[in-house]
Amino acid sequence: MNEQPLHHLDTLRARQPRFRGLESGHRACQGCGEALAARLTTEAAGPDVVVANATGCLEVFTTPWPQSAWRLPWIHSVFGNTAAVAAGMEAALKQQGRATQVLAFAGDGGTFDIGFQALSGMMERGHDVLFVCFDNEAYMNTGVQRSGSTPHAAMTTTSPPGELRMGKRHMKKDILSIIAAHHIPYAATASVAYPSDLRKKVRRAMDTEGASFLQIHSPCPLGWGHDGAKTIEVARLAVQTGLFPVIEMERGELIGTLPIRDPRPVSDYLKLQNRFRHLFASEYRARKELEHLQAIANRNIERFELRGVGSESYDTEGADTVHRGGDRWA
Amino acid sequence: MALALEGSQALARTVALCRPQVVAAYPITPQTHIVEGIAKLVADGQLACEMVSVESEHSAASVALGAAAAGSRAYTASASQGILLMAEVLYDISGLRIPLVMTCANRALSGPLNIWNDQQDSMSMRDSGWIQLYCATNQEAVDTTVQAFRIAERCEIPVMVCVDGFTLTHTLEPLELPTAEQVDGFLPAYAFRHGLDPAEPRSLGTLVGPEHFSEVRHAHHQAMMNAQAEIEQADADWAAVVGRHCGGLVEARGDPEARLGILTLGSVLGTLEDAMDSDPELPRARFIKLRSFRPFPAEALRQACEGLDHLIVLERALSPGAGGIVGPEVQTALIEMAEPPRVHNYAAGLGGRDLSLDLYSRIVQAAFGAERPREFAIIDADPELLPESDR
Ligand SMILES: Cc1ncc(C[n+]2csc(CCOP(=O)(O)OP(=O)(O)O)c2C)c(N)n1
Ligand code: SF4
Ligand SMILES: [Mg+2]
Repeated sequence: MNEQPLHHLDTLRARQPRFRGLESGHRACQGCGEALAARLTTEAAGPDVVVANATGCLEVFTTPWPQSAWRLPWIHSVFGNTAAVAAGMEAALKQQGRATQVLAFAGDGGTFDIGFQALSGMMERGHDVLFVCFDNEAYMNTGVQRSGSTPHAAMTTTSPPGELRMGKRHMKKDILSIIAAHHIPYAATASVAYPSDLRKKVRRAMDTEGASFLQIHSPCPLGWGHDGAKTIEVARLAVQTGLFPVIEMERGELIGTLPIRDPRPVSDYLKLQNRFRHLFASEYRARKELEHLQAIANRNIERFELRGVGSESYDTEGADTVHRGGDRWA
Repeated sequence: MALALEGSQALARTVALCRPQVVAAYPITPQTHIVEGIAKLVADGQLACEMVSVESEHSAASVALGAAAAGSRAYTASASQGILLMAEVLYDISGLRIPLVMTCANRALSGPLNIWNDQQDSMSMRDSGWIQLYCATNQEAVDTTVQAFRIAERCEIPVMVCVDGFTLTHTLEPLELPTAEQVDGFLPAYAFRHGLDPAEPRSLGTLVGPEHFSEVRHAHHQAMMNAQAEIEQADADWAAVVGRHCGGLVEARGDPEARLGILTLGSVLGTLEDAMDSDPELPRARFIKLRSFRPFPAEALRQACEGLDHLIVLERALSPGAGGIVGPEVQTALIEMAEPPRVHNYAAGLGGRDLSLDLYSRIVQAAFGAERPREFAIIDADPELLPESDR
């Protein structure tokens, strides 16, 4: 075997044949799930793409003029129009007879809330665009305000717990069901804790003609209040508890799930994060909210039949973690 | 050969002659006939373009933005509330220096709801960094649209062609459409230097901090000022092709000896010209047609106003609590003259109020005979209709 030192950058690059669409050196917080998700997505998507990116953390931390961390043609317009900008790019490329694929990137705010109308229109018209939602469950870029994606009972700066409140009063919007109602060819959820699964879904979405949608659960150490070194652990627990179901849909029908081998109690997930700290006070209403969140997880497991039957390699324990260079990449 | 065509149909056919590759629009009166016309041309195979019928004007502007950035000639059209809904994206298009063309079928803004013509919609986008060209006739709208694509693409600044709703868009007039050869000879294929291309990846619309932002704005302002020459040039070059010109930045017509000037934007000019022609008793006027409102052609305006004692600025929009929008800008530009005319500023024809021939004498009387000269007024408003407290 060639004995070149491992730490040599070129050697590392050579061992990592994958195209890098998002370079290192950007300004995300340590342990940012969104940065990881964007890197995995663009690696899987390859170089022949154009990207429309909504306003939000990803846009801001990657492009402080005159620097840019993108190795892809990339455009940011405004917060709520990303799907429409992507639709325009797709229409242009189609008219030019080019095969370049179009990606749209947005946070949960740019997907569930302000960008939703444009997203719905884009899907309804069937543009050949992969829309990726980097779901960190709040408006992080503006300092952690609640969004339609913020889970029930989570603390944000606009859903603070207090005498009368236990964090966010409302439920996390079931965006995938709304997406499914558009009967687009392909829609899925993924998690940064399961990168192989994530990459596979990106490729599958890109191979699909027409609109596709991928929601990637992406922990935000700053906004969720967890250790930046525990991003993957936190993300895994969201899946293992059933709070974030990892599923795939075709034309609105469920076609696959990531089975949960041994469902973990939601408190294992919640207690790692400051945004749920108020649920661990010795108080009646805190206990009630914990029960409520457990019931939501149980309901997800039931609804999508997430409970695994044994020790499949493709389940919450068998599916890979970050693993470079091997051939387990799908 | 002259054709009798509705303004909107003429515009649809003209846009098609400019070979847009992507058209995105959302219906709003009085813009609808234009995009319906384009949709029909696409459906009939007479225009090869992606027609994207979006779910809002915000998306119409965004689709056009994305298409132009990805290397295709793009067009959209709107009016009124649609322009306001687009506002965020319009600033972004111009700030990113993305060349595209839109027609604004000028209409009043809500509330209260009003679908008829005034120019409050485009005026509300005065500071958006778009070039704004106002058309006095449907022939001008046709010729300006062709020119607009060349101006936008050469200057890398979007152009809004302002066409009075109903008065022009829904009116049948004999006019000349250019031939495909004429347009193709004048308008080269779309090319955008800063476009999105995997072969040469670029980041557009990045986060620009205080250390660079002023320079971005300076460059945009400078490009707008420089666009004046391009607007003149496009008009002259197009005139060489079709034998018609639209008046460049600003055009003086009517009686060159007159000491009274009347400045207008858009189609009201024809009414005032007819009024003056129909009554020899009326004082003679030099008409100043302000075609380019942005960039604001201060120098050309001073030349056009040379020798005037009085200038009436008649506009179809206002800034409540201040008065006119165009009037104060004109006054500021004319202050530089050795002997500037007195500026009188009125609004008229708001929300489609009929502008009849007696408008001419009303504004002249207001400027010279009235008890409150030089004060801004909505000249055709009738305060008697209002309760005492609102007059
Ligand atoms: C029209 C508009 N409203 C508000 C904002 C302010 N704003 C910028 S980013 C953002 C939140 C982004 O949240 P999300 O989409 O979840 O992305 P994240 O930063 O969390 O990745 C907000 C509210 C804006 N840029 N534009
Ligand atoms: S605030 Fe959250 S989403 Fe934003 S860069 Fe930091 S970790 Fe990433
Ligand atoms: Mg977010």
